[in-house]
Amino acid sequence: MARFIVRRLVGMVFVLFVVSLIVFLIFNVIPNSPPAQRLAGKNATPVLVKSIEEEWGFDDSLPQQYLTMMKKVFTGELIQYSPRVPVDERIVEGIPATLSLSIGAAIIWLFFGLVLGYYSALRAGGKLDKFLTGLSIAGISIPVFLLAPVLIYFLAEKLKIFPNGFYVPLTEDPWEWFTHLVLPWFTVAILSIGFYSRVLRSNMLDVMNEDYVRTARAKGLSERQVMLRHVLRNSLIPIITLFGLDFGATVAGTAIITETLFNIEGVGLYAAESIAKLELPPIMGVTLYGAFFVVFINALVDIAYAYLDPRVRLGTSAQ
Amino acid sequence: MAFDPRPEAAVPAGAPGGALPTAPEGVSASDRGPWYLAYKRFVRNRVAVAFLGLFILIIVFVLAAPVWATHVAHTGPNETHTLEKLHVGGEIREVVTPEGKPIGPQLFGAGGKFFLGADSRLGRDEMVRLMYGGRTSLFIGIVSGLITTIAAVILGLLAGYYKGWVDAIIARTLDVLWSLPVLLFGIALGVSLAVGGLKIGPLELSGGSIWVPILVISIFTVPYVARPIRGEVLALGQKEFVEAAIAQGAGSGRVMFGEILPNLASTIIVFFALNIANNMLFEAALSFLGAGVQPPNSSWGTMISIGEELLTTQPLLAIIPGVMILLTVLSLNIVGDGLRDALDPRAKVRLEAHAGMVEKEGTAV
Amino acid sequence: MSPAPLLSVRDLRVGFATEGGLLQAVDGINFDVRPGEVLAIVGESGSGKSVTAQTIMGLTRSKNARIEGSVMLDGVELVEAPDAELRRLRGDRIGMVFQDPMTSFNPVYRLSKQIGEAMAAHRDDLSKQDMHARAVELFEAVGIPDAARRVDDYPHEFSGGMRQRAMIAMALALEPELLIADEPTTALDVTIQAQILELLGQLNRDRQLATILITHDLGVVAEVADRVLVMYAGRVVEEGSLDEIFYDPQHPYTWGLLGSLTRLDRPRPKRLPQISGTPPSLLDLPTGCSFRPRCPHEFAKCTELPALEERTAESPRHCDRCWLSSEQKREKRQVGGQIGLEAPA
Ligand SMILES: Nc1ncnc2c1ncn2[C@@H]1O[C@H](COP(=O)(O)OP(=O)(O)OP(=O)(O)O)[C@@H](O)[C@H]1O
Ligand code: SF4
Ligand SMILES: [Mg+2]
Repeated sequence: MARFIVRRLVGMVFVLFVVSLIVFLIFNVIPNSPPAQRLAGKNATPVLVKSIEEEWGFDDSLPQQYLTMMKKVFTGELIQYSPRVPVDERIVEGIPATLSLSIGAAIIWLFFGLVLGYYSALRAGGKLDKFLTGLSIAGISIPVFLLAPVLIYFLAEKLKIFPNGFYVPLTEDPWEWFTHLVLPWFTVAILSIGFYSRVLRSNMLDVMNEDYVRTARAKGLSERQVMLRHVLRNSLIPIITLFGLDFGATVAGTAIITETLFNIEGVGLYAAESIAKLELPPIMGVTLYGAFFVVFINALVDIAYAYLDPRVRLGTSAQ
Repeated sequence: MAFDPRPEAAVPAGAPGGALPTAPEGVSASDRGPWYLAYKRFVRNRVAVAFLGLFILIIVFVLAAPVWATHVAHTGPNETHTLEKLHVGGEIREVVTPEGKPIGPQLFGAGGKFFLGADSRLGRDEMVRLMYGGRTSLFIGIVSGLITTIAAVILGLLAGYYKGWVDAIIARTLDVLWSLPVLLFGIALGVSLAVGGLKIGPLELSGGSIWVPILVISIFTVPYVARPIRGEVLALGQKEFVEAAIAQGAGSGRVMFGEILPNLASTIIVFFALNIANNMLFEAALSFLGAGVQPPNSSWGTMISIGEELLTTQPLLAIIPGVMILLTVLSLNIVGDGLRDALDPRAKVRLEAHAGMVEKEGTAV
Repeated sequence: MSPAPLLSVRDLRVGFATEGGLLQAVDGINFDVRPGEVLAIVGESGSGKSVTAQTIMGLTRSKNARIEGSVMLDGVELVEAPDAELRRLRGDRIGMVFQDPMTSFNPVYRLSKQIGEAMAAHRDDLSKQDMHARAVELFEAVGIPDAARRVDDYPHEFSGGMRQRAMIAMALALEPELLIADEPTTALDVTIQAQILELLGQLNRDRQLATILITHDLGVVAEVADRVLVMYAGRVVEEGSLDEIFYDPQHPYTWGLLGSLTRLDRPRPKRLPQISGTPPSLLDLPTGCSFRPRCPHEFAKCTELPALEERTAESPRHCDRCWLSSEQKREKRQVGGQIGLEAPA
């Protein structure tokens, strides 16, 4: 296991390097205008542009520019220029809200997805099964920016069941924190519940045909034990990978849209405001931190996977 | 999920399968060929056919944009009517009130003008914008789908056919791209290009061009199509007919395009449909945030973000373009699924066998 | 006389509802197994061997299965028994070993845990330590070296042969009276096959274990079986003692199986080809003798289904389903100086 972790972490460092290179290319190399101009923002004075050019060393060689950029991002020197605020500070401020949103939503979709998936696998072909197929295809087709306005309009504006958006820190008032987040949580989660239940269901139906399930029955285990210890346990393993990817994509992606729609002052809303103003430094910071977070989560997921599936851990192939 | 570029997301059970089911050699039971059989199977799937019809209707709707604009609404998608007044059944109404509230849907009350009302304090005709915006959204979805699919097929073929270091490089790169948070990188590249434009050799794009989102979307969705295709090419490479072709001295181009590519056809078709759906959601997300289609162009995504601001008073402004996206994407996903079932009935048989129904007897005769 | 049978199967029929209609996988079979006896069930793929074995344990029960007839274990009827009662028998009084040791263990649990699970399912008085100690004991009994250490390995850390030994150890965990081994050697190398068979034979002798050995290879049967049941398309076509089946086979299908066998007691190049053709579809059986389409000796009478009955005067419990007379059989089974089935004209 230790060897596996070390190998995976070395791989992670390499991916982090590649990702940082991609970010560097996206912001400082690929576009066609002077980089300092772009970083300065729309209404920049020539003086500001000049100072940015020196600060970032845009006359240096590309490798040097890359190092400068990394140094700025990771020492907290990355600054948004109108008004001048360190990007780090804003990102750190937003993290609690973003994580509250993403983790809550993930728990909900995982819980409902797995429970519904489990029962629909036990009764494959039944009504629940059909409903989940529909929910799953709807889930990958409904844009959040349709679902959220509809839910906000009916549940928050008209019926006033839920507060309309905004974030209350957990430390300030746990109950308010909760009520303000319920609607955003479900908005994000609903779309994934159908999908997760379908994946679990189909994994379980595959596993049910495995020889070792027959062995488990032949040992005299009860049907419940067979289902939980053998079928469910083995069906969950591939879900881990999926969950890692989706959780990463929610924190570093979907949250940007959801936070905008619900006015939740997290990292995503900060990014969205910067996008609307076409202001690059915050986007640069959010992208790099977001990508690092995702790469890190993926490594964690692989380690969890190896923990759950001894074949991976011990170096033989997974299938 | 705002959008999920994984094509396999559509139906988690069973990846799209390999070659078309071909009739056993020498059997003339069905001399119409596998494509005809697939067509028959597709047509039997009522739901998929209905949604294909819906998709065609949507295409007709957006293609009719200029007709509606000139003959019914008498305005263009970007023309503002802030200070104008409208005759509705003898009454006179302002297109935009002094408080900045746009007029609501008039249907044919004003002879088709402002059929769905005005879009914002700028007083543009929502219906006209919906039709033109749909053109942009569909154009971006389809063109980026084409680019993604072609690039993915080429990469998948090269990696799966040559194996070795070619495969190592392509597969590794795809893996890294695949694990990135796509939306975030799409935004980063989208904004960066929107601000700076692009110039690579003869290719020059201004920041506001709709080719910027097309390019961004194509780049980041390639791995989702290329990875499964590579896997399939690897599997096909083991098949006798490929080995036979190589043994007969066929060149690598011949083998890749003459032997392997035709066997990928069904996968490619299915992925193309699902990919367009995903790309449209991707475009909508980018445009909604301002990192995709840039003003004054409109797309359904930009319309939602404009409509969002008036959600409490005029919710339809955000909801209607959202519903258009939903219908388009849903119909593509369902058609894609239907195609998969029609082209690869084995995937479906597996599902049904699971569903506790009945299993056909295994012995082949 | 031999002791009373532990297991009696009478007129067992198992059908499955399928798209193509009712598939009669097992169509009226009878047999007994006594303590200390090895009954071999032989037949080609699809002849219904596994369905028979699994039905004894109730593993074929499902919505679309129709099970008729009687399976008595020590005087208790199993076909009608409630699920819970069957569950109590599985693993406790009947142990089962499956064909593919590679896939028959759950890859994510240690072997000791999987064996412990079998014990915990039936005994709640055993502590974790007891179960672990017992697992080590079992590993030693089936000849796995370094048992104390290896019992905590994962299945994929074992070779195929060792895994099959572990499988047998698990089946024996609660000292069952009946062991059903469904093609236990098919997935293994020839030398390993011999070792596993020897182990099964030894267990059978030492523990007076009643054993059902399922295989499609008559060669495997020769090593350990007392009685042999030859199945074809869901029916028994010949039944007899090992010697009767090997030296006085009555049914052309058995001749074919014997002829295609590699045997050391015969000059080498004399091996005959496999029986030509394929088994019939169970959904569309030929009328009369189901072997008819592949039988070179078919004649007019064969369109009637022959009963399974004693057809030789000298050996009373030797039955078969073929219309040929004893003399015809003795003559026709000789192909090139040995027993076999001649190629069809
Ligand atoms: N659950 C089921 N539903 C439908 N048909 C089944 C089912 N189980 C078995 N069958 C059919 O019953 C027939 C007999 O199968 P069985 O597994 O007993 O054969 P076998 O003699 O064990 O062959 P093998 O040597 O391949 O193991 C086959 O045609 C099989 O397709
Ligand atoms: S009954 Fe007839 S067809 Fe059947 S085995 Fe005997 S001779 Fe052959
Ligand atoms: Mg079998």
